[in-house]
Amino acid sequence: MTHVAVTVNGEQREADVEPRTLLVYFLRETLGLTGTNVGCDTSSCGSCTVLLDGESVKSCTLLAAQVDGRQVTTIEGMVTDETMHPLQDAFHRNHGLQCGFCTPGMIMAAASFLNENPTPTEQEVREALEGNLCRCTGYQNIVTSILDAAGQMSGASA
Amino acid sequence: MIPAPFEYERVEFVDHALQLLTADPEAKVLAGGHSLLPLMRLRLARPSMLVDITRIADLSYVREDGDRIAIGALTRHHDLANSELLQQECPIVAYAASGIGDPQVRHVGTIGGSCAHADPASDLPTVLVALGGELVTRGPEGASRTVPADAFFRGLFEPDLAHDEILTEIRVPKTGSRGWSYLKFHRRQMDWALVGVAALAPGRHGASVALTNMADRPIRATGVEEALAAGGDPGTAAERAPEGTSPPSDAFASAGYRQELVKVLARRALEEAMSR
Amino acid sequence: MATTQTYVGSTVLRKEDPELLTGQASYVDNQTMPGMLWMALVRPPYVHARITSIDTSAATAMPGVVGVYTAEDLDLGALPFVWPITEDIKVPVHYPLAKDKIRFHGDAVAVVVAETRGQARDAAEAVHAEVEELAAVTDPEAAMAEGAPILHEELGTNVTVHWSHGGGGDQSVFESAPVIVEERYSQPRLIPNAIEARGCLAYGVPAMGEYTLISSTQIPHIVRATLGGAVGIAESKLRIVAPDVGGGFGSKLNVYAEEALALATAKATGRPVKWIEDRHENYVATIHGRGVIHDCTLAGTEDGQILGLKFVEIADMGAYYQLLTPGIPELGGWVYMGPYDPKAYWYEFTGVVTNATPTDAYRGAGRPEATYVLERLVDAYARRIGMDPAEVRRKNLVPKFTEARPAISGLNVDSGDYHATFDRALEMVGYEDLRREQAERRDRGDVKQLGIGLCTYIEMCGLAPSNILGALRYAAGGWDACTVQVTWTGKVVLKIGTSPHGQGHVTTWAQIAADALGVPIEDVEVLHGDTAVAPLGMDTYGSRSVSVGATALYLALEKIKEKARTLAAHELEAAEDDLEFANGAYTVKGAPDRARTITDLAATSWQAHSIPEGFEPNLEATAVFDPPNFTWPGGAHICVSEVDTETGAVEILRYVAVDDCGTVINPMIVEGQLHGGIAQGIAEALFEEAIYDEHGNLITSSMSQYLVPAATEIPTMELDRTETPSTTNPLGVKGIGEAGTIAAPPAVVNSVVDALAHLGVTDVGKPATPERVWGAIQRAKGGAA
Repeated sequence: MTHVAVTVNGEQREADVEPRTLLVYFLRETLGLTGTNVGCDTSSCGSCTVLLDGESVKSCTLLAAQVDGRQVTTIEGMVTDETMHPLQDAFHRNHGLQCGFCTPGMIMAAASFLNENPTPTEQEVREALEGNLCRCTGYQNIVTSILDAAGQMSGASA
Repeated sequence: MIPAPFEYERVEFVDHALQLLTADPEAKVLAGGHSLLPLMRLRLARPSMLVDITRIADLSYVREDGDRIAIGALTRHHDLANSELLQQECPIVAYAASGIGDPQVRHVGTIGGSCAHADPASDLPTVLVALGGELVTRGPEGASRTVPADAFFRGLFEPDLAHDEILTEIRVPKTGSRGWSYLKFHRRQMDWALVGVAALAPGRHGASVALTNMADRPIRATGVEEALAAGGDPGTAAERAPEGTSPPSDAFASAGYRQELVKVLARRALEEAMSR
Repeated sequence: MATTQTYVGSTVLRKEDPELLTGQASYVDNQTMPGMLWMALVRPPYVHARITSIDTSAATAMPGVVGVYTAEDLDLGALPFVWPITEDIKVPVHYPLAKDKIRFHGDAVAVVVAETRGQARDAAEAVHAEVEELAAVTDPEAAMAEGAPILHEELGTNVTVHWSHGGGGDQSVFESAPVIVEERYSQPRLIPNAIEARGCLAYGVPAMGEYTLISSTQIPHIVRATLGGAVGIAESKLRIVAPDVGGGFGSKLNVYAEEALALATAKATGRPVKWIEDRHENYVATIHGRGVIHDCTLAGTEDGQILGLKFVEIADMGAYYQLLTPGIPELGGWVYMGPYDPKAYWYEFTGVVTNATPTDAYRGAGRPEATYVLERLVDAYARRIGMDPAEVRRKNLVPKFTEARPAISGLNVDSGDYHATFDRALEMVGYEDLRREQAERRDRGDVKQLGIGLCTYIEMCGLAPSNILGALRYAAGGWDACTVQVTWTGKVVLKIGTSPHGQGHVTTWAQIAADALGVPIEDVEVLHGDTAVAPLGMDTYGSRSVSVGATALYLALEKIKEKARTLAAHELEAAEDDLEFANGAYTVKGAPDRARTITDLAATSWQAHSIPEGFEPNLEATAVFDPPNFTWPGGAHICVSEVDTETGAVEILRYVAVDDCGTVINPMIVEGQLHGGIAQGIAEALFEEAIYDEHGNLITSSMSQYLVPAATEIPTMELDRTETPSTTNPLGVKGIGEAGTIAAPPAVVNSVVDALAHLGVTDVGKPATPERVWGAIQRAKGGAA
């Protein structure tokens, strides 16, 4: 067993886990944060994307032990005071989700990206999503949602 | 899918990592883990121990070193892509890093991990070969070696790196105003290159062209370089790109197609490099 | 409906979204139970082998292992197969665990249950199967050949089914027509790739013999009706729950071995058992789609009149039939005339078993296969007679019709206006300008050539009239059901028998109910996907949830309104005929202040203090709708692509789609269905194929090898629509879930061929990979030299 202490969505969480415990299963099964999904075995689909110290990573390709002492943000952490993050709201308003399975990963990938590039072009948004697969939406409304959220967020901070 | 069980040790010093590796021949180094962990999840790799070196202090940097740039082995692709120093002094490295995998991979994957994995479809090794870069290793009892890139990549997943050695630094020459290009051909943008070509416009020692995924390791396209040195234009020179290659045939492309594709990419890369 | 339409026809944001956006969804892997065990399957690395022995002793002794079971230990019945399409069909028996032979890589020989996910996987690896490996065959044509390895010895052949439509019209045109175009087109296997793989959680009350299966399925009702037999649980003791399901696309329109095994091991251990599919397992054990080869003949005139269409197909069934397998090509067998009006029609197919994953319904199911070959063939015909492919289509599209019209395949098409969609698509894309640009690029000999690919299509959906299903030898009906309840607090609860998993039906249905009853949409709650809550239903597939499901809802709402009218007349002391209904209230004609709203009436009918003689308390009604016909959407898609003639790379520059799915309830959701369907069609056209090596191993066995495209590979789509109401149902709705996947593959591949037609290229294969495109260019050049 290995001891892991991580700040998840602002809260200090710790547990003893098998070394082979992937971060995503630590979140889902040890901490009960099931919003982060698993869609593949090969780091391809991006459903498991979370923020590690503010940057998008695939939590199925990290060991829980690797993130000991670091900050993780999951989809559950995007809601503050019962208000959805502008990205969540934009996905809702623009029909950026259908079955919803890829959605948490898409939103976390987008959150990391908008942090790096707050005023992207459509092409830049598409490139930022190259590591996230969706089978329902054809990506069109996801891209629209992220551009919309970018506008809302930069407008809000201006 | 869950990996088979293993032990995990996180180290803060290179020497500690080397001790653990020396003690356990089945142990493996964990850097970004983006090549290793997928193999472990599919149970195609079953190390007895992972030695997590990512917390070793000061192996993540990009700094000037005379007429070269020194890059710490734990520098992430994301940091390479965003390094102003590289963008100015050796832009081909920053550019190639910006196209590896996807953003999430670039936030974790490291240049040292890419090189130590020695996948011939990987981008940075080809760029290092084209640049004539060097790789610095540390072994037991302070032993250190400096290996030229084209000697370091010996074969398929076979770097010149002993089990009890760790890659610590990668050095590349400043390319200054020299034109460059890295073109890769892939089906999806997230995928490994079917074929890639790194090209540096003719400088003091002529043009330099190296190929991704055209053999069991990144290789120089010496035929192309010779043809250019002899005064050939990019189109003529690029016809020699398949010389000495032995590309794979797989679900994505046959060897024969790759050998045709590499001519087109070599020509386009040279044209881009020479116009930059 | 004599009601103001506040919601129907408008974009209403989805009621489904909040839980999905915030990480609170109920996907099966998010559910856990006290004492729950994990199940893992033992799938030996063979695709064709005779089982000699299975040694489970090492696995049984491993940490955390509670049980290891082989076929012999569990003694389960065969998995259901419900579509024996011909009288003489040969049906392979398909057990949840292989007994004597392994016939494809998904065949499991044992199952392990253990305390943790990792322990179950570790122990599964420790089960050792001793086998005699046999030669394998994954190519259906090779499987048909003399001397091919036989999968099911008891059947004596791999050719297990042959179905012929029987033809229509004067078959002599295939000999006598001035122009005969013959082509052969192959469509490889596709892997559906719902981003949530399958999974299930079984638990029960052993003392009562009652069991519940929570499963990532599209079809809880069909699972309940068909699975009990295999696991020895009476239907009445079995409850199936489809929680939030992360996409299906047909891959979860099935009844799978793992569902039977989870129930069986939950029974055997007396503990809850969960199984979550790995992506690798998903690629070998969950059904594939397509996998067909067509020999096609078009008979026509020199001036562009299509006289006859004939298709002879070989369909790869895979190692067994899953729920519907041979029914899929048969379903396509009714739409090979497309939106055209040929004088002669022929379709037949031969089904062949191979050592590969069973094929079954994948988004479109039979109709994409048909539309692809038809639309490729029409383009080939246009090239042959030197006519613009748009002109050929214009000449052959059936003129607008608003009443059902017999098609040559023998069914009645409900309504259609194909010229309107096609003309609009041509206008949006700027067809003439594109042809000019194409000519200029050709004249200049540009490296990047421009291609314009057309597809005009119809589809047959809204499955399905039960009498037709019966005639086609399908085991069940095609009706669906809805119960509407207006609670005494004025809330509306819909219990509906289809089971959406991303399509937004909860919102669509709520729009219809809110308008019909004059209540805010927030007051409508939709319950579905649980056989204990909505026991009557036939589930979600074949674009049926609105045309069949919502029609049942509509009929139940009409019943509610009728019942409310009786009570309103009683309370208002007026004759029923003197009441008017609008905006959710009954008023007495000429006395608008005398009114009772539906919600008023729900309260008084629940209290039942003063109700008419014979009036049953409560405002609740159930309706079952069996459609009199299929619905028949249609439309036109145009793909503009650029082909790099040096590398074979294809880039889609524009994609225009004009579709007609009848009356639209929620335009936002309709567009979303099209975006997704078109993207899947583009994927099929350019990226995706399941590839097997010569030993029968799946090479494209992970998401890094099977190329599901990302946002960087899919273009922005330009959509428009027309609305020609269906005559099949009172709502006028048709269905839009499959249209994109039906229309896009031929539009895209036609664009690639069109870009290279001047070089002499006539086919590039599917998917049109860079290497295939490049190869086609080389062959054309060689041919010209």
